[in-house]
Amino acid sequence: MIRVQAMPFDPGGELNTFSQGVAGAGAIVSFTGVVRDVTGGLSGMEIEHYPGMTEKALGAIRGEAMQRWDLAEAMVIHRFGRLDVGEVIMMVATASKHRKDAFEAAEFLMDYLKSRAPFWKKEVTLEGSSWVASRDEDEEALGRW
Amino acid sequence: MQVMYFAWVRERIGLPREVVETSASTVAQLVDELRAREARYEAAFEDVTALRVALDQELADFDASLEGVQEVAFFPPMTGG
Repeated sequence: MIRVQAMPFDPGGELNTFSQGVAGAGAIVSFTGVVRDVTGGLSGMEIEHYPGMTEKALGAIRGEAMQRWDLAEAMVIHRFGRLDVGEVIMMVATASKHRKDAFEAAEFLMDYLKSRAPFWKKEVTLEGSSWVASRDEDEEALGRW
Repeated sequence: MQVMYFAWVRERIGLPREVVETSASTVAQLVDELRAREARYEAAFEDVTALRVALDQELADFDASLEGVQEVAFFPPMTGG
């Protein structure tokens, strides 16, 4: 399942629903990304995306994960729009018979959606706002897959 | 064709999308045409190594052909997650 939305969501509730839908999968891994104030003074974040391409790109990344690992299901929820510090940005969850598959697939999803799904983050402070630069490590992280 | 801009590319050019009449056969040629238009395009396309391009919503290279393409999007490297 892929969801791209402006609305806040409850990661605990989403994980429960996901888990109930994959009865029989003994291993469930989830990751939740939260807006954090790295430097101090951050008042929030604005996330822009490319409607249409975002869903396609996430669908393709999820599809590849489903092929490469033995998964019962994989889910990605990602928000866009204005978010305050402490708000949940996104989550991924994977379900498998095997722990290793669930962990690896979740990491793969995270690595790919960071630099292959069309989202752009802008940090908003009292002094103004600035686009978050991509990091070389994020691009390099793709090499291990 | 429909040309779209995101993030700081959109801000520099000052609009999110526009219809562009072009005879460019590759992305690089389209970029050259846009750069020649006005200073704000020049500012956005100053360093194409800092940019990414998608053709009909699929990532592509700057030397890719525009044949049959309806939607071109320019944007900085993505920062999701």
